[in-house]
Amino acid sequence: MSLELKGITKEVGAETHIYETDLVLKEGSFNVLLGTTLAGKTTLMRLMAGLDKPSNGEVWFKGQNVTGIPVQKRSVSMVYQQFINYPNMTVFDNIASPLKILNVSDAEIKARVGKLAELLKLSKMLDRLPKELSGGQQQRTAMARALIKNSELILLDEPLANLDYKLREELRDELPKIIEESGSTVVYATTEPTEALLLSGCTVAMHEGKVAEYGPALDIYRKPKYLTSAEVYSEPPINTAVIEKKGDHFIFNDTVNWPVKEAYKNISDGNYTLGVRPHNLSLQPNGGKQIKVNGLVKVVEISGSESMVHVSVDEHNWVSLSHGVHKFEIGEHVEMYIDIEDCLYFYKNGRRVSL
Amino acid sequence: MSIKTENNKAWFLIIPVIILMGLNAFVPLMTVINYSFQETFGDNVFFWEGLKWYDQILHSDRFHSAFLRQVMFTSIILSIEIPLGIAVALALPRKGALVSLCLVLVALPLLIPWNVVGAMWNIFALPDLGLLGKMINGMGIDYNFTRDPLAAWFTTVLMDVWHWTSLVVLLSYAGLRSIPDAYYQAAKIDGATNWAIFRYIQLPKMKSVLIIAILLRFMDSFMIYTEPFVLTGGGPGNSTTFLSIDLVKIALGQFDLGPAAAMSLIYFMFILFVCWIFYTIMMKDEGK
Amino acid sequence: MAKLSFKNVKHSYLANPQNPSDYALQDVDFTWSDGGAYALLGPSGCGKTTLLNIISGLLKPSEGQILFDSTDVTAMSPDQRHIAQVFQFPVIYDTMTVYDNLAFPLKNRGVDEASIKQRVEKIAEMLDLSGSLHNRASGLTADGKQKISLGRGLVRTDVNAILFDEPLTVIDPHLKWLLRSKLKELHQQVKRTMIYVTHDQTEALTFADKVVVMHEGQIVQVGTPTELFEKPKHTFVGHFIGSPGMNIFPCKIFGNRVMFEDYALEVHGEISEKLVVGKAEVGVRPEFITFSNKGIPVNVVKVDDIGRLRIVEVRHKGQSFKMVLKEGEAIPDKDVHISFDVNHTHVYCNGWVIN
Repeated sequence: MSLELKGITKEVGAETHIYETDLVLKEGSFNVLLGTTLAGKTTLMRLMAGLDKPSNGEVWFKGQNVTGIPVQKRSVSMVYQQFINYPNMTVFDNIASPLKILNVSDAEIKARVGKLAELLKLSKMLDRLPKELSGGQQQRTAMARALIKNSELILLDEPLANLDYKLREELRDELPKIIEESGSTVVYATTEPTEALLLSGCTVAMHEGKVAEYGPALDIYRKPKYLTSAEVYSEPPINTAVIEKKGDHFIFNDTVNWPVKEAYKNISDGNYTLGVRPHNLSLQPNGGKQIKVNGLVKVVEISGSESMVHVSVDEHNWVSLSHGVHKFEIGEHVEMYIDIEDCLYFYKNGRRVSL
Repeated sequence: MSIKTENNKAWFLIIPVIILMGLNAFVPLMTVINYSFQETFGDNVFFWEGLKWYDQILHSDRFHSAFLRQVMFTSIILSIEIPLGIAVALALPRKGALVSLCLVLVALPLLIPWNVVGAMWNIFALPDLGLLGKMINGMGIDYNFTRDPLAAWFTTVLMDVWHWTSLVVLLSYAGLRSIPDAYYQAAKIDGATNWAIFRYIQLPKMKSVLIIAILLRFMDSFMIYTEPFVLTGGGPGNSTTFLSIDLVKIALGQFDLGPAAAMSLIYFMFILFVCWIFYTIMMKDEGK
Repeated sequence: MAKLSFKNVKHSYLANPQNPSDYALQDVDFTWSDGGAYALLGPSGCGKTTLLNIISGLLKPSEGQILFDSTDVTAMSPDQRHIAQVFQFPVIYDTMTVYDNLAFPLKNRGVDEASIKQRVEKIAEMLDLSGSLHNRASGLTADGKQKISLGRGLVRTDVNAILFDEPLTVIDPHLKWLLRSKLKELHQQVKRTMIYVTHDQTEALTFADKVVVMHEGQIVQVGTPTELFEKPKHTFVGHFIGSPGMNIFPCKIFGNRVMFEDYALEVHGEISEKLVVGKAEVGVRPEFITFSNKGIPVNVVKVDDIGRLRIVEVRHKGQSFKMVLKEGEAIPDKDVHISFDVNHTHVYCNGWVIN
């Protein structure tokens, strides 16, 4: 057990920023905090780091209660979205700065900085000043500074958000490899579901100050416990609609209906929320079990290999994501197909129907 | 379970400051408050007088006229320095090699000690020797600031404007510099006139620094002492006797410590009140 | 409204540019057709902002001409050119209401009150701002402010083109999506020329009908998202567009045969040794590589599961390839071979496509 949050909350004035949260992050694990802006990711990280004190509850680290122990006395590093480096120090001095404070010998500093710079591809620019580096290099420097002191807890708050697309891709690829070596417990905050899946650690899905769900990224993606975690995990957003179960059929929009899965036969009749991921809503039949609905095309976005078609299905604004290029006229009526086997169903309280 | 949470060492480090503050602010202030309620004839003998001095000051014609003069002076210099400061700031180059040269030139008057400014202007404006005085007289205007109250006021205001407009310029310039280029570009694209750019972009963005500039200039000019004292000595007659000059006359000239203490407290409360109004306006703005 | 042409436009920020690398923009000759939705895509420092500022008239090019239809506007100021621009950070007039903000460009041009009112209300309707027309603009959220900036361009009936300079930078990730489709929808409604500058391929490809890819001060390719995806003219386009980018690896060409190591590759179109002067490379997108029984033998190195797709990294000797598998496609356990889709295998010489 490395980092443990026991019933912590954070209130600022009359507002609650973090609702009661219990969370256990294993030692040496890579964790992703996934949620939209203002979901409370940064606040939660600040509480983990000890930059803020929780209003209630306790923070335990390696079996010790560290609630209220200031960040300076803990073994914590943090990397921010902005590239924060000392502007008047060279890259070498920037990376070495945490070690200098700890009175590490010059020879050792040189060796450690050299090794880490190698790993982060900064070896050639150790003599430069931050302003002479590209954004990606600046953020690498900031990361190196966070990694050099072998902190037991490393917090990364959307570290790639301010980088160019391709750089983001590159750094995202390297990051897990670099951090794996350190053996630290890592918390990585991001707003992008794909990033969470690619970094493939355990994911804390956050929504409006609450932890919706915690677990391996793919598990939550495939089998979310709640509608909120399905929403946090879907980009473009998951399509939803209220449907009715009557006997052994689900009824959508009074007209479309399909038989209830064998496993769900015993749930009571009434209203449920249907969740259809954009890629499970296709514009052509794919030979699988599908039902047909009618939609009106509003916008078509083509990204080379994929097309995103925004449609209105009665009062619902839905999105379909499919491979290949599909062209439609605005206002055109289209037939759409829902992969019925891959749909998610939720109770009125937001819990997923799973039996 | 309770844990000692914060490191309190920092508090020890600011003790010297607290002691210093106590010695040079709190103690003298208390002494003044003490004096303002008592009568003394020296030898450390005091008699309790209650609110007598306050009553006397508030009903004294002398205080009224000094106060009025003070308000007038402050209003005049504010209404000249603020627009002039903004105008100069707008005229300064926004980038290039000239920027630092201009800024140094503009800042120059601020570097001159106050009594030197007074002495400089005294000589500068002398009707028989001074460059300014001689020039004005040469134009056929009868100008003598040691005899004519209007000339004395004109000279005092001119001196203050010369000395302090730079501060407004520097603050406004800092405000202007903080406006991103995109705003000017957008305004150009929207077809805005220069006046519209000033009215809807520059002025709103300068607002917070301007409030600070007005506040600083208000406080400084309301407490002005050295420069008019050196220039005119408060004369001719009492025509340029501002509050602080009057205060010094009562306290040190006539040695009326009680009334002087009462007057300085009233003076102080008034400045505090105006500052509070500014503070409220500023905070209200920030809340938005 | 007008067609916008660049005639041999070059720009350098230096007073006396000597060699090509001194130019931020190297000889751009291009026509933007009236009413098109364009994206200008490239990494930071590729010259896209320079190009944008030249269009808007904020920058005068060192050489060349800019024509609107047949009028030379090279020396004209932004408002004479009738160009509107939306900046990276929202520019609004803080002290005005939303209505006054939208009305500002019209008031400056002396339009009468009644027409202003009609026009502003119509645009506010399109932008979903009708409800807050009489609120102070400074109270709006970032996306609301950005809509106002856009609205100030849209209210004018005389606008030749609307330029966007990375307009979604400060927008919340989950709102980006909404605003992007709103832009697309608006373009289809108003049919004005729109030019959208970004480094984000998703934004560019989803917004634009035609994407202009820039690299080191040059336009390397102009095409529809599909063209850029299926036939990149330059390895940079292959690499920059697509996530992960195109696999690019060295090859040898003998006569009209393309060889990778000891394996002959079939490629799209004709190829001839004569065309090759310098470094020859093959490019295949991860989407067009499949597992097969014959072809290049490889080892599977890494599998990233992002839910609806899997990104697989395979290696043959020192060369690694990335491939994208759809949900449900299997990875063979042994004797793994890969083959390329002939129609999407291209040959490049010194970076430029030759087949």
